[in-house]
Amino acid sequence: MSSTQVSSTPVQVAAPSNTLTTSIGRKVFMAITGFLLFGWLVGHMIGNLQIFLGQDKLNAYALTLKHLASVIWIVRIVMLAVISIHVFYGITLWLRNRASRPVKYVKEATVQATLASRTMIWTGLGLFLFIVYHLLHYTFIVTNPQYADLHDSLGRHDVYSMVILGFQNYLISIVYIVAMFCLSYHLSHALASFLQTLGWNKTEVQPLIKKIGYTVATLMFLGFSSIPIAVLLGIVTLPGGGH
Amino acid sequence: MNLTLYVWRQKNAQDKGHMETYEARDVSPHMSFLEMLDVVNEQLLLDGKEPIAFDHDCREGICGMCSMTINGIPHGPEKGTTVCQLHMRHFHDGDKIYIEPWRARAFPVVKDLIVDRTAFDRIMQAGGFISVNTGGTPDANTIPISKKAADTAMDAAACIGCGACVAACKNASAMLFVSAKVSHLVNLPQGKIEAAERVRKMVAQMDKEGFGNCTNYDECEAVCPKEIPVKFIAQMNREFLKAKFKK
Amino acid sequence: MKLDSKIPSGPLAEKWTKHKFDLKLVSPANKRKYKIIIVGTGLAGGSAAATLAELGYNVSVFCYQDSPRRAHSIAAQGGINAAKNYQNDGDSVWRLFYDTIKGGDFRSREANTYRLAEVSSNIIDQCVAQGVPFAREYGGLLANRSFGGAQVSRTFYARGQTGQQLLLGAYSALSRQIGKGQVKMFPRSEMLELVVVDGHAKGIVVRNMITGEITSHSADAIVLATGGYGNVFYLSTNAKGCNVTAAYRAYKQGALFANPCYTQIHPTCIPKSGDYQSKLTLMSESLRNDGRIWVPKKKGDTRPPNEIPEDERDYYLERKYPSFGNLAPRDISSRSAKEVCDEGRGVGETGQGVYLDFSDAIKRLGEDVIRDRYGNLFQMYERITGEDPYKVPMRIYPASHYTMGGLWVDYNLESNIPGLFVIGEANFSDHGANRLGASALMQGLADGYFVLPYTIGNYLARAGYGPPGTDHAEFKRGESEAQNKIKKLLSINGKRSADSFHRELGNIMWEYCGMARNEAGLKKALELIPALREEFWQNVKVAGENEELNQSLELAGRVADFLEFAEIMCWDALTREESCGAHFREEYQTEEGEALRNDKKYAYVSCWEYKGVGAKPELHKEPLEFENVELATRSYK
Ligand SMILES: Cc1cc2nc3c(=O)[nH]c(=O)nc-3n(C[C@H](O)[C@H](O)[C@H](O)COP(=O)(O)OP(=O)(O)OC[C@H]3O[C@@H](n4cnc5c(N)ncnc54)[C@H](O)[C@@H]3O)c2cc1C
Ligand code: HEM
Ligand code: FES
Repeated sequence: MSSTQVSSTPVQVAAPSNTLTTSIGRKVFMAITGFLLFGWLVGHMIGNLQIFLGQDKLNAYALTLKHLASVIWIVRIVMLAVISIHVFYGITLWLRNRASRPVKYVKEATVQATLASRTMIWTGLGLFLFIVYHLLHYTFIVTNPQYADLHDSLGRHDVYSMVILGFQNYLISIVYIVAMFCLSYHLSHALASFLQTLGWNKTEVQPLIKKIGYTVATLMFLGFSSIPIAVLLGIVTLPGGGH
Repeated sequence: MNLTLYVWRQKNAQDKGHMETYEARDVSPHMSFLEMLDVVNEQLLLDGKEPIAFDHDCREGICGMCSMTINGIPHGPEKGTTVCQLHMRHFHDGDKIYIEPWRARAFPVVKDLIVDRTAFDRIMQAGGFISVNTGGTPDANTIPISKKAADTAMDAAACIGCGACVAACKNASAMLFVSAKVSHLVNLPQGKIEAAERVRKMVAQMDKEGFGNCTNYDECEAVCPKEIPVKFIAQMNREFLKAKFKK
Repeated sequence: MKLDSKIPSGPLAEKWTKHKFDLKLVSPANKRKYKIIIVGTGLAGGSAAATLAELGYNVSVFCYQDSPRRAHSIAAQGGINAAKNYQNDGDSVWRLFYDTIKGGDFRSREANTYRLAEVSSNIIDQCVAQGVPFAREYGGLLANRSFGGAQVSRTFYARGQTGQQLLLGAYSALSRQIGKGQVKMFPRSEMLELVVVDGHAKGIVVRNMITGEITSHSADAIVLATGGYGNVFYLSTNAKGCNVTAAYRAYKQGALFANPCYTQIHPTCIPKSGDYQSKLTLMSESLRNDGRIWVPKKKGDTRPPNEIPEDERDYYLERKYPSFGNLAPRDISSRSAKEVCDEGRGVGETGQGVYLDFSDAIKRLGEDVIRDRYGNLFQMYERITGEDPYKVPMRIYPASHYTMGGLWVDYNLESNIPGLFVIGEANFSDHGANRLGASALMQGLADGYFVLPYTIGNYLARAGYGPPGTDHAEFKRGESEAQNKIKKLLSINGKRSADSFHRELGNIMWEYCGMARNEAGLKKALELIPALREEFWQNVKVAGENEELNQSLELAGRVADFLEFAEIMCWDALTREESCGAHFREEYQTEEGEALRNDKKYAYVSCWEYKGVGAKPELHKEPLEFENVELATRSYK
């Protein structure tokens, strides 16, 4: 008798499931780690926006962070773990999902899934590459070692100038702006999605949640990209004789 | 009207399968989609060819047997409509129509447009029930149930188990189906007693069957012939998390 | 043949209690030694399988769909009756019993019908415990609606999907037992033969619908829950796969077929739109509360309905039945619709339809009220016809819907073949000549949850366990019979599809053995059917081979059985020279055209015994005795 026909054997239920290994468990990890990343980015963005307050404020902020080195390192390690989990599960889930439909439709169609939702892995991977670059660029100052020698009049590391010098390069600015678009596109799906994943959805308020998600995602884009754009447009400029 | 059909033909589970082209002539706009296929099949039969195999039974949108993807959309373009209730007046002369089976690893093709959906049954067998035996139950009015709860349970219970949600999901995920059952039962006092155990078992079985994972595309909700909303998926996620903290 | 209905003695209200006590029991430790086969997973089969497995029996279950959840019970819309008297409107077991037996035009057994009413309450309790989301009032208690043929509100419902919800309840109970390994489930399996060993039903022969493999299965008792044969008319509200095959093959093995001519034609279905039509869709009867039924007075009037002035319309039900009007019972409204269409006054492209017009109600109550009451039905109508019933009157026409006839069973639901039990629509037991709305679901679940589990134990305890091996000669005979039939069907290679034969048979049955029957017509049908059958076996074309999923072969097998079965129906209708319930013989009517029952001569169950294909079956009579109710005449003037 064909195996597809008889469902006679008692169902072998996998031992009451471990949250980590089930599909929903993984998703919950995606959601929590994604939200932590988001929270961290909001903080990061607010910090960065201090550039509009001038050289002194930003460099002072940077110095404060430097003095908190041990805390910063803890945060960094946590964030590294968080992003590793997010990326690892993101990729494994994506692979599993692809394998769930081994034969594709000849004629594909989409009714209401947004492009953002369908490109999460690509915006995510784009972000990942960007983060690596970004760390090398501004955090560890590997790509442009000359930034390391920038100091302001108080002898602090001149983060302010470093940022402006960096973004005066069109190519770098474009990379950042594109990356921030990826981020906000990623978030435009992710923000409503993570609530759904964690079990929060009311049909009546769902459109509102989605709107809020889009708005926040857009604000993130505007907030982050305003810096390279402002630099390119000459709104924020190097302090006179800033070395 | 005249139509060109591109239909998936596959002799059996082992066969690789391919698309074939058929012309459907003089299709009446009053026909249902399945009746249009009946006419094509009658001609194929009389021409000595194999008719196209497809699942169907009640032909009134409730048994959940009919299952085909039309131009990439499970059950075709009409919202909230099974393919057996889809009528040809929604198509136009000269249309090219692609007809394919549900596509999912957990739903292997049996023949042509027919797939094996017993994975759904196994998920139900794993825990989709309230464990009461026949007899000895209290009077039906012993436990009052708010109208709201009963209505919500009914919204979820309306699922016909056709599998369109899986077919539409880019990840071939069965979350809408499983969540409809979980939500149906957990919204009723009778179903709360086994809530934690049920959701654990059903999710474990769902994973074992090889369905994909939900990434909140909401495609399932868009094609569901009973328009079951994805809020039930959220409810299942919630129940699952609750179950985690219960021993 | 002596037919023993095994009705227990004693007062009506105590028969079942007494009987349950008298039945032999199988001890709990021994139950697992017994094997039971159940064919069908509708309300009857699904509930029986779950319950028997819970009791500890080993159960094997078969159905032709890909999942037990898809049995045709799923399509029932309206509701399920129960004598709960939650509405405090004077309902009681006795009243439900009386309404049912009267609705059946006094052609069912008092004891069976009473038992049905008696266990009806338990069904609702059971379903609620399983999580069936019945409609509720704001206070949290169960809601009821009223249904045709009753003056109390006793119908429980779950929106317009009552059958679905009840079936999902039974299916989940069944799933639980499958998960435990107590039930072996065989979906996509069609029963082709019943196997009788030493006079007892001991097994079935089944075709695996995916591989074509023919296998035998043996058991200590066999239960058929295979539904009704309404598809003998080709067009019906039944699912495409509904068939008479299982019941008919049992009949060929000696089981008696009872009252085959009692077939219910439902008045409010969406009419057919062309020759390609494959099935008809029911529109709830409740529409007749606000819709007015009419046809043009003139023959062949092709004007659109809104251009036909009021005085050129014939509101024929209101004219003929002034007090019940559009709410006349199912059989009467169906027949009247046929009459006016036969006169050439039918509407729509085919002329087979009458208007169900809501314009007055919309004027009186406003579109919103109508939308609130019937919105989903209007939507369904629009989906199928493409017409907006808020603007254009609906077109409706009667269609085959339910079959009261079925295999004969005694009070234990056991057929005349020991060990063969028949439950649900497949048996003939409780509805007499006409079924009331919302009582088929009740019967299916009563049989499966609360009657069969007791009565089958009685048989098993007496017969003992240990079914014969499937290598027994009778199984081999059954297998080769099934195989030969398949081979024959595949070898004819004629010029017509099985479907076209089925349509033609449907036309014959609809014309001569449908809503109204007469001697000449039935005799004509008895000539036409064998001729059509003859042609079928010469000229049918079946594609493909047996060893694969082959839908044209499945269909041909079912049509072949309908082609034989249709004859018994006609014989039954011909010999029942009275009009009762859904069986209307034109010769037997009152001057006003109402059904004329003949209790003196026909107060019996007609039980037909197989005598060979094409040969007239032999009629046995089980007299119906009425000790508790008085046989009255139904009047709806
Ligand atoms: C459109 C519609 C609406 C209705 N509405 C109502 C209502 O509101 N209230 C009410 O009381 N009644 C209603 N009825 C009637 C009621 O639904 C049926 O009478 C009842 O559900 C029959 O149940 P069953 O279990 O006997 O058979 P079914 O549910 O028909 O099940 C038959 C089973 O037998 C199996 N089977 C059949 N043949 C074979 C074979 N050869 N081999 C293997 N398996 C086989 C099938 O797979 C299926 O599982 C309605 C009927 C229809 C058609
Ligand atoms: C640092 C910035 C990032 C933030 C703020 C972020 C945030 C989020 C959030 C909140 C979600 C929603 C989770 C849910 O639906 O429940 C999500 C989903 C996702 N993320 Fe990220 N993410 C980031 C980086 C990445 C990276 C680097 C990847 C690379 C693989 C990635 C891949 C994904 C994928 C594939 C999903 C969809 C998963 C699913 O819905 O199942 N993300 N992200
Ligand atoms: S055939 Fe039953 S839902 Fe389409």
